Amino acid sequence: MSESAILDVRSLRVEFPGRHGTVTALDDISLSIEPGEILGVVGESGAGKSMTGLAVQGLLEPPGYVAGGEVWLAGRRIDQLSDREMEKVRGAEIGAIFQDPLTSLNPLFSVGQQLTETIRLHLDMGRADARRRAIELLKEVGIPAPEVRVDHFPHQFSGGMRQRVVIALALAGQPKLIIADEPTTALDVSIQAQITALLRSLCDDHGTAVMLVTHDMGVIAETADRVAVMYAGRLVEIGLVADVIARPQHPYTVGLMGSIPELGARVPMLAQIDGSMPRLDAIPSGCAFNPRCPHVMARCRTDRPEMIARGTGASACWLNATEDAA
Amino acid sequence: MIALTVTDLTREFDVSPPWLNRVIERKPRSMLRAVDDITFEVPLGACLSLVGESGCGKSTVARLVTGLYEPTKGEIAFSNGKTGERLSAQMIFQDPYASLNPRWRVFDIIAEPLREFSLRKGMAEIADRVAELLTTVGLSATDGRKFPHEFSGGQRQRISIARALAGEPEFLVCDEPTSALDVSVQAQILNLMRRLQDEMGLTYLFISHDMSVVRHMSDQIAVMYLGRIVEQAATETLFAEPKHPYTRMLLETIPNVRDPQRRRTVQAGEVPSPMNPPSGCTFHPRCPLADERCKLERPAMLRQPDGGRVACHRVAEAMAEPA
Repeated sequence: MSESAILDVRSLRVEFPGRHGTVTALDDISLSIEPGEILGVVGESGAGKSMTGLAVQGLLEPPGYVAGGEVWLAGRRIDQLSDREMEKVRGAEIGAIFQDPLTSLNPLFSVGQQLTETIRLHLDMGRADARRRAIELLKEVGIPAPEVRVDHFPHQFSGGMRQRVVIALALAGQPKLIIADEPTTALDVSIQAQITALLRSLCDDHGTAVMLVTHDMGVIAETADRVAVMYAGRLVEIGLVADVIARPQHPYTVGLMGSIPELGARVPMLAQIDGSMPRLDAIPSGCAFNPRCPHVMARCRTDRPEMIARGTGASACWLNATEDAA
Repeated sequence: MIALTVTDLTREFDVSPPWLNRVIERKPRSMLRAVDDITFEVPLGACLSLVGESGCGKSTVARLVTGLYEPTKGEIAFSNGKTGERLSAQMIFQDPYASLNPRWRVFDIIAEPLREFSLRKGMAEIADRVAELLTTVGLSATDGRKFPHEFSGGQRQRISIARALAGEPEFLVCDEPTSALDVSVQAQILNLMRRLQDEMGLTYLFISHDMSVVRHMSDQIAVMYLGRIVEQAATETLFAEPKHPYTRMLLETIPNVRDPQRRRTVQAGEVPSPMNPPSGCTFHPRCPLADERCKLERPAMLRQPDGGRVACHRVAEAMAEPA
């Protein structure tokens, strides 16, 4: 992994102990994000994409815990920090944007109060300066008449405007990394385009690194620089967005791309992956995708593939290894 | 042959404050017009989709068509089917987690319409039919013994489809059947629905906010905005030549996986509240082509030479004086 990376996750493993044995929710996840880069994380529900974001922020719900691996933020290891130290990291160094803008704002406080609280918690600023900064932030995320809007309450904003406020909150501590978990899922397409364009421009202007967690490949294709595809708690493929879309290496990514209805041409039937993702307590041995894979080989059922670099990306599939050998 | 004719359909909801507030605070009664004077037809064996953003009234239309709401004004008429009787309709709901009774076994969920409409007599016949329906939607006949919570989202939606098919409908109203599902599961369900349509000659009224899903499924598309249909056209025509500025905006803002470099025009503004819709053409505050007339006058639905219909003053003016 490169030295300059803002976020560097190395072989991260998250486990949930339960009555019927321990479930591995994240298994050997390694990824890094450079300054000014947007890394998309895609996968189906339960693939562990949100879990990755939570683990990085130290927000795993007990009994879940980080069982192995390391998380480095701007050259500092953060997975071993105490809860109190982690509280300082969140907000100041890592900003968070969640799916539902209504539940991530406090309905009893005005937007300005919530912003100034966050600003003063992380930056050394007086009340008046913090308010000025809050107005600046609202203006930056494209809220019209920020001087007036700053005193409004969350219910007075529409869905798209609320998500802008949440983004302003995430920016308040001037973080190096923003983790955006399904930031556009609750919004209509026309508003979705506004929000992804905003994320992109903030990332370009401030050099903030962004982890964009979403199930929507379209959002990733338009917003992200690189994409990591997850399946059953594991990373199956990572690479430049354009390459992953045009030449997916892993059979799961191929299936995922095929199942997206196309806008361009109409096909009689969509390519579909039969079956469904295994439950985390019943992951097959070897490659987790082997029961659904059209190219399954004997080796896939017994040996788990490592991430094998090829071209601009890497994928965890034995097909890659055999092609290289041949 | 037309399966369903909807004429001048309007539905209002009473969203007035409680009686006491009206008396003390002198607040007036207020009505929300969720569906505003819409007219459309669904040809037999075809799929008509209603698309639009949240709050545009598309789900209300679905509920009106299936009789879950009474229309305030207007008419909904099903034609007579092969048997000479009126077409029977069933509905598939959006959320497969909320639309199945968690206390019932799958067998009973699917058998209920059979018993209710007396389509099969006797336990053995019902059991055979349920097993047949489960296999049709790609589940196993033994799954009937299980409860809904034992299934994934995609499998639950298959159960919903089996339940809808149990009533032997000729017309299916599908209200966002795949929006709660992952893309790979969505592909399975869409393929299943297409297959069923081919095999059983079903007619679909398909409701969705997702343009790419709609394109895959439908023959005709009606675009809704704030309770009104702004444009209706054959699927290929609509995608090739969108005429209404709102349709164009919708098509431009969809993220496209295969063409990410395409510059999306990011449209400012949001859907206004249906409580207080703009005057004239409801799209005028966001429309790049709006002028005085759009603010004052509601545009009429105008038939296009290619068979579509558009409600826009600009389009009408362009047609009146060909360049």
